[in-house]
Amino acid sequence: MKVRVSVQLKPGILDPQGKAVEQGLHGFGFEVEHVRIGRLIEMDVPGTDPVDVKAKALAMCEKLLVNPVMEKASIEVL
Amino acid sequence: MRVAVPVFPGSNCDHDALHACGTVMGWDTIPVWHQETRLPEGTELVFVPGGFSYGDYLRCGAIAALAPIMADVRRHADSGGLVLGVCNGFQILCEAHLLPGALLRNESLRFIHADVHLRVERTDLPFTRAMKAGAVFQVPIAHAEGNFTLDPAELADLEARGGVAFRYCSPTGEIGEDHVPNGAMNGIAGITNLRGNVLGMMPHPERAVDPKIGPTGGLGIFLSLGSTV
Repeated sequence: MKVRVSVQLKPGILDPQGKAVEQGLHGFGFEVEHVRIGRLIEMDVPGTDPVDVKAKALAMCEKLLVNPVMEKASIEVL
Repeated sequence: MRVAVPVFPGSNCDHDALHACGTVMGWDTIPVWHQETRLPEGTELVFVPGGFSYGDYLRCGAIAALAPIMADVRRHADSGGLVLGVCNGFQILCEAHLLPGALLRNESLRFIHADVHLRVERTDLPFTRAMKAGAVFQVPIAHAEGNFTLDPAELADLEARGGVAFRYCSPTGEIGEDHVPNGAMNGIAGITNLRGNVLGMMPHPERAVDPKIGPTGGLGIFLSLGSTV
C-alpha cells in the first residue's frame, strides 16, 4: 500500500527555512504567517491491512525517519 | 595510543583527524571504512570526523549512525572506550543516541566558518583534564547545522549533571548570546555523556594543532587525551 509520512519540526523548534520563505512571501505582498517547512516521504509498503501497514510505518519513523528531539510525523495510508 | 577514524562516504575532515592524531601527536592512527564491522584491535579512541556523511541525506548524521562500523563504536563506548565526535561526527553521535540532543540549522540559515572562543566547563574529563577550569581557547567552526537543541527538561538535566563540556564565549571568557555563532541553546558547543567517555563538539580542535599550519588552540584536547591513556 502507498504510505505518505509527513515529517514536521515540532512546534517551538525554530524553523529558519520557514521564516525565510515567509519573508519571501511577504516580499510578494502575500499575507501569511507561521510558515513551517517539513519533509514528505512516500513509499510502497507490502500488505493489505491499513492498520498493519500504518504500524510498520510508525516503526520506521521511530527507527529512522523522525528525530523525536526536533520532529514529529503524521502517517497517511492511501 | 591507538586511534580509529571511521570514514564515511562524504567525510572530509578524516585527513585532519589523521594528521592531528597521527602526524602531530604521533599516535597509531588508523582510518576505518564505514562498512567494516570491527574497530582495529586495541582501539582506545574513536575519532568520528566531520564532513557531509551520506550527503547529509534525511538529517545530518542520520544515515551514518546506521553504518556497520557504528555498532562496534557503540560497543566500544558502552565498554568505557573514548569517543570524540567533531562537527558531523557530533551530529552522528547524537543520531546514534550516544549523546542527547540534535543539531539544527544555524539560526542565521548560513554556513558559518569562523574562529570562535570556547570556555572549558569540565576539567575532569579524559578530553579536558590537561586544561584549567574556565580556560578559554580558540578553534575554528565550519558548519551549517550547529544549533544545539534539546527539549527544556532534558536541557535542564544536561546542565544539572554537568554534561556541557564547552560553551561559546568572548575572547575573555564571558558567556552570552552575542558570543553564540549559531543559535545553540545555552551557548553549548560541546557535550559529554553521563559516563564522560563520549564527547561531541561542533568546533574543530583537530584543525588547530599544528604550528606549521596556524594557531594551536585545539591542542589542549589532544594533550588531555594523551595524558589519559
